Amino acid sequence: MIPLSHYLLVSAILFTIGAVGVLIRRNAILIFMCIELMLNAVNLSFIALAAYQNLVDGQVFVFFVITVAAAEVAVGLAILVYLFYQRLTTDVDDINSLKG
Amino acid sequence: MPDLSNLPYEQAIFYLVSALAVGCALAMILSKNAVHAALFMVANFGLVAVLYLLLRASFIATIQVIVYAGAIMVLFLFVIMMLNVQEADPRSSRGPQDRLFTLGSLAPLLGLGLLGALAYVALGVKQPAATSGGLVFANIQDVGALLFTRYLYPFEITSLLLLVAMIGAVVLAKRR
Repeated sequence: MIPLSHYLLVSAILFTIGAVGVLIRRNAILIFMCIELMLNAVNLSFIALAAYQNLVDGQVFVFFVITVAAAEVAVGLAILVYLFYQRLTTDVDDINSLKG
Repeated sequence: MPDLSNLPYEQAIFYLVSALAVGCALAMILSKNAVHAALFMVANFGLVAVLYLLLRASFIATIQVIVYAGAIMVLFLFVIMMLNVQEADPRSSRGPQDRLFTLGSLAPLLGLGLLGALAYVALGVKQPAATSGGLVFANIQDVGALLFTRYLYPFEITSLLLLVAMIGAVVLAKRR
């Protein structure tokens, strides 16, 4: 039987890759995808922790996380498309008007 | 219901799929082309769905493939292709010296620190005694029963959230 900590380790590695991706990528769409990667990593640890305690609650929670992620992507990509039509770029270094 | 507490080659599948998932994630954040990144992301989601199956979460594995790898990533690919965005070459207009976080500066250090902290927590977790006889298969019936009893109010609030997101997306898309 696979130890629970190995599942959590895979989840930690995926989360870290997502976090590093958010830092090093400049394209807003790719940053968005890295955030999805981090959400997915957290989902994996939810499912692993729930499965190893014979609970189904973790799966229900992941269901909610996926729903929220879908809503977030719909609104976020709409904002990105709007921003692209305004600025003709999705590079986060060029979108700096909130800096004042 | 067949006994699913022991699957054949479970260890080998776990380590192979985990390595492939991590490789796909790395390829995703390092690929120059946004479309390639999106396709690596789809592969990563598919591989994580296999991990969900190994954890006997068949319903979540299914909606992972349908909603994440299907709907969400197709939306991403659609926007990438519609806007035709490419990451600017870091050496062209702005040098990497203007950016605090690049692959050559602080980001890998922060990543290693985060990974170290998370791995310390992950390896410190004790194996619960509840599953010494193997994992129990949780089918869609178990998930649905819980979803419509204990988690009924969160479920209803989720429907409201989806409605708000839909209206928000339509309003943002209409404004020019």
